[in-house]
Amino acid sequence: MNRAWKGPLLRQAVALLLFAGLLAGLVGVAGSARLERADFVFNNTGEVQSLDPATVTGVPEGRILRGIYEGLCVKDPVTVRPLPGSAASWTKSPDGRVFVFDMRDEARWSNGDPVTAHDFEFSFRRFLLPETAAEYSYLLWKVVNAQAFCTGKDADGTEREVDWSEVGIKALDADTLRIELEDPVPYFLELMAFYPLFPVHRASLEAAQREFPDTWNVEWLKPERLVCNGPYVVEERRINDRIRLRKNPMYWDAKNVALDTIDALPIEHWGTSVNMYLTGEVDWLDGSIPPNLVPELLKRQDFIPKPYLGSYFYRVNVTKPPLDDKRIRKALSLVIPRRAIVENVTKAGQAPTWSVVPWKELDPENPPLEGEAAAEEARRLFAEAGYGPGGKPFPVIEVLYNTSETHRDVAEVIADAWQRELGVDMRLKNQEWKVYLDSQTNLEYEVCRAAWIGDWVDPGPLNFLSLFVTGGANNKTGWGNAEYDRLIAEIGLEQDPAKLEQLMLDAEAILLEEYPVLPIYSYVTQNLIKPRFGGLHGNMLNEHFPKFWYWMDDEELAEKLADLPPDLQEVPPGGPSGGKYAPVGRARQIGRN
Amino acid sequence: MLGFLLRRLGWFVITSWVVITVSFFLMRKVPGGPFSGERNLTPEIEANINAKYHLDWPTWKQYLHYLGPLNLDERGLFGDRSKPFGGVLTGDLGPSYKMRDFTVNDVIAQSLPISVMLGLVALMWALALGISAGLVSALRPRTGLDLTMRLAATAGIALPNFVIAAFLIILFVFLIPLFPVAGWGTLKHMLLPGFALGAPRAAYIARLTRTGMLEVLSQDYIRTAVAKGLPNRLVLMRHALKGGLLPVVSYLGPMTAWILTGSLVIEKIFRIPGTGSHFVNAALNRDYTLAMGVTILFTVLVYGMNTLVDLAYTFLDPRIKLEES
Amino acid sequence: MDPSGRWNLHVRDEERLLAEAAEYRGESLWQDAWRRLKRDRTAFWSMIFLAVFVALSLFAPLLPLPSPIALDLKAEPQPPVWTELGNRGFDYTFETDDDYKLAYWDLYWHDKRLVDVRKAVFGDWQTGRWFGTDSKGRDLLSRIVWGSRTSIWVAFAATLCSLVIGVTYGAFSGLIGGRVDNLMMRIVDVLYSIPFIFVVIFILTFLSEPRQDLETESLVDKGWVFFIVIGAIYWLTMARVVRGQVLSLKNSEFIEAARAVGASTARILFVHVVPNVLSVVIVYLTLTIPAIMLFEAFLSFLGLGIEPPKVSWGLLAVDGTDAINPIRTFWWLVVFPAGAMGSTLLALNFLGDGLRDALDPKLRGKH
Repeated sequence: MNRAWKGPLLRQAVALLLFAGLLAGLVGVAGSARLERADFVFNNTGEVQSLDPATVTGVPEGRILRGIYEGLCVKDPVTVRPLPGSAASWTKSPDGRVFVFDMRDEARWSNGDPVTAHDFEFSFRRFLLPETAAEYSYLLWKVVNAQAFCTGKDADGTEREVDWSEVGIKALDADTLRIELEDPVPYFLELMAFYPLFPVHRASLEAAQREFPDTWNVEWLKPERLVCNGPYVVEERRINDRIRLRKNPMYWDAKNVALDTIDALPIEHWGTSVNMYLTGEVDWLDGSIPPNLVPELLKRQDFIPKPYLGSYFYRVNVTKPPLDDKRIRKALSLVIPRRAIVENVTKAGQAPTWSVVPWKELDPENPPLEGEAAAEEARRLFAEAGYGPGGKPFPVIEVLYNTSETHRDVAEVIADAWQRELGVDMRLKNQEWKVYLDSQTNLEYEVCRAAWIGDWVDPGPLNFLSLFVTGGANNKTGWGNAEYDRLIAEIGLEQDPAKLEQLMLDAEAILLEEYPVLPIYSYVTQNLIKPRFGGLHGNMLNEHFPKFWYWMDDEELAEKLADLPPDLQEVPPGGPSGGKYAPVGRARQIGRN
Repeated sequence: MLGFLLRRLGWFVITSWVVITVSFFLMRKVPGGPFSGERNLTPEIEANINAKYHLDWPTWKQYLHYLGPLNLDERGLFGDRSKPFGGVLTGDLGPSYKMRDFTVNDVIAQSLPISVMLGLVALMWALALGISAGLVSALRPRTGLDLTMRLAATAGIALPNFVIAAFLIILFVFLIPLFPVAGWGTLKHMLLPGFALGAPRAAYIARLTRTGMLEVLSQDYIRTAVAKGLPNRLVLMRHALKGGLLPVVSYLGPMTAWILTGSLVIEKIFRIPGTGSHFVNAALNRDYTLAMGVTILFTVLVYGMNTLVDLAYTFLDPRIKLEES
Repeated sequence: MDPSGRWNLHVRDEERLLAEAAEYRGESLWQDAWRRLKRDRTAFWSMIFLAVFVALSLFAPLLPLPSPIALDLKAEPQPPVWTELGNRGFDYTFETDDDYKLAYWDLYWHDKRLVDVRKAVFGDWQTGRWFGTDSKGRDLLSRIVWGSRTSIWVAFAATLCSLVIGVTYGAFSGLIGGRVDNLMMRIVDVLYSIPFIFVVIFILTFLSEPRQDLETESLVDKGWVFFIVIGAIYWLTMARVVRGQVLSLKNSEFIEAARAVGASTARILFVHVVPNVLSVVIVYLTLTIPAIMLFEAFLSFLGLGIEPPKVSWGLLAVDGTDAINPIRTFWWLVVFPAGAMGSTLLALNFLGDGLRDALDPKLRGKH
């Protein structure tokens, strides 16, 4: 009896002790990982793919990279036009083909090295090297010989081996960088402020290659080794948890940087993100606000949507009859209940649009048809094409969209309108993101949801018009028009702003006549941001620059709130009541509101 | 015992190999790749990327390269003159396609301890709630207490966990501010997600406990013990519980693996950087190496836990010999 | 299940003996079980409740509910109204097949007939906004009832599928034993470890191709095929459970007795093993149905579930959770769908517990 008692008891005790030990150890591990709250915490909406500027493409990556690197140019936080960055100034040749950048003498890397023209030449070469496989490498293809260097082929497809010395990017000395283009690029300076073209630090990259011949491509980006030239450096990085940025004391303009630490949290779930904002654990979140909440948020001081250079539209596969008939496409476009969609589905102040170019002002003399008039015109077009009552039976049309509630809601409303007004038998088809992209690229759809966000503001329409050139990688409709292609090519060469404008209008008119896409609405930014926070402006690109961020003190906050409409609901302002300003003080903020 | 473990190991190798092979080819058959995005790439850039990541190789070659240790390319899986990638056989799960600054080994090493901890909390919730509910309904069937306990234990499988989590947050974060809304670090952060993760399992445990107890209580040796005049409590504690919890133990194996690998939904809602979200996200992102990595991890866990459970069986029930399993 | 006491070993007529034994067991097991189930009040009422729900979902087209898909766009979901019993808003006419699609979706022919009956009986009359509307002005009550069709029947079909595969596989594996058993169980291990999400995406894309052909026949639609395949994934645990039970039965005395009297393997399998395994299976079934319903909800959470305009409880639950937040709560969007789903699954669980007791041979004759 005694022995029988001892055995299990002992075993139980050991098991219990083991369990307790394990638990204590883990609690210790997790507890030690706890960080103090940063000066500013924001929701970065997703995990950052990489900190290597050459290879990344997404919005979350952009938010971080704009904090830790600085390109030749930076952007004005309000107008998003280029300003001097690592280059103090530049000259442009009269034909717009040659840029000479004069580097800023006081610009430093975070280890104290000067930022030179050679760094940029190295970085641009690396950006174009085929082994780097930069997704955005086409941005520099207008540089002399760059396309052949990157792909082994010229723009016309002839194969050609090109040495770097023949490419039109040269550091003339440590202070001067010369870039020669084949054709003028109207938005070239804006590219120089675009995050894929940010520089990397050659010495630390090569040191990592020596030290870790096997795994350097992961090692050189580790926070302890990464050398940056922006206002912030990466202090800590944990997958799916946070990226902690700390102010870079070596940054040339450090005296104008206010915050000491910034946390970027990759929160994907909107509910969590809103909850954390409400409990004050997050100070800013961008986008993905469920439409049901929007009317409520619009009453608050911290949610003020602004126009955003983005366009929501439906692509039509013009290779599939009967959608190859432009009358059908036009009829479909006519009956889309755009106003109902922006008022009752998206709700945040999106603007109905009849052009793929967002925020296009409507011609007051010649407004687009809407409501019953539009429906009648659509039915007429249908009849003309031989469908409708008494005509041929119209085949089932499938609307493809990717998994997301807003897309589903919009699709339901549009499908309902098409079914009711035109008697088209509609199906909705929901595909998981990657499958959806695949179907779209391979034209395995009839009508599909799509959107495009502009990369630069000037000239804005070109972002959207250039998509639909014949065979373009992002055309994805099967549509092509020789006249259209000619106009787009001409836009690239035109230097005169007035003629440029006319060319773009002409090109747009073709799109409006042919309807390879059915425009629906223009985007607005949906930033939910603590009222006390300053330096973050709702600009057309919804790009934000950590360099300019700060917390207002009570006085400035009161001034700001006084400018807002008085009937807005008051919310906790967040941040420290004394504010947090850069060493130079309050007076300097660019575009202060 | 040693023979049993060796045989298990042999089966483990075969099983993992089959799992790796099937998953590998299944993944490549699914449309879309790690680099497809809203912006389509021009064919030339796509060619550069495919060459860098060897996506231009035939699938069998990619497979051999992934499996290792044969190195098919001096440039390594990710090009750039980095290390020839060792392959799974050398314990190297390769670099992640989507989180490109980390290797899959890094990703797992960072997230697994967090999942283990959350899993332990969930396990405690599940066992505490499940076993007590099961015992009550076996010993005091059809009482008010039984009904209450069963309701509590069953709620976990009566509602989707995202609904439960949403209710918990509204209740215990906003209405009664007891817990932080989301995040990671202290025990307080773990209780709500642990509960939400453990609750569905509690219902199964309650059911198993109840079944097991009813079974045991009708056994002769219990009758003998009672007839002998032993106090009910003693019979219960010393004889019945041991046999009655056997089914629970056998369920613990797969359950622990499931709980350890976490749950995408719970991790998303409570913002916990565990392993669970990688299971689904890697698949949705077509992050082939990461998806394979977590699959392998899962196989190891399921297999390891089941072996442990079989070992535990022999301790709990002397009639069972290892050879049978 | 220990009939040995009643066996007279001196009787020579084995066939008759076996037939008697089978008959005796079959009859009294089920009768006894039914009697005991009726005594278990929780389980009994759960069963009644489930029966009502199943009937409601079966005859949903007959009920005077508003259309589950008719949009009425407003800025906000509308709260429930309990003062108005109903209105004459159901102004659809059903003449051609296309007419049904305006109020519903592609219906099976028998559902169309039910709709006709409803129209003839109730005319334009439809229920009021008892449960409120969703964010696009659709009637929530109608969506819950129509959603139950998807959820209940999908779960039912998938479970049936898992049942057939799992029981056959498990019983076979357990009975044969030895190497084959070992191999079969290792295959199950492998399937356990393959990431389900890839399987799901794979099946979805695979199915999307022949879908149009399938649907023109109008008998099979993608949702069904999809969930039957999901059921095919869910058989793994079932196979394990059945195998375990068979293994323990195989060595039990009464099977040995049957073998001793020369019964064939098939006979032993179907006459002796299957009925004994059934109790385990039924109990496990009541766990599988909820699991599949929740899985459907999880797929909806990921956006891989049922496609609109059709609706399921999972989809409603996902939409509902968006409605609970500290800023603004549209309580009816979460309370009603979650209530419907929760009560059904709870009832299933209680029924499962009750059935387990009722079928447990060791408890026979008690209570």
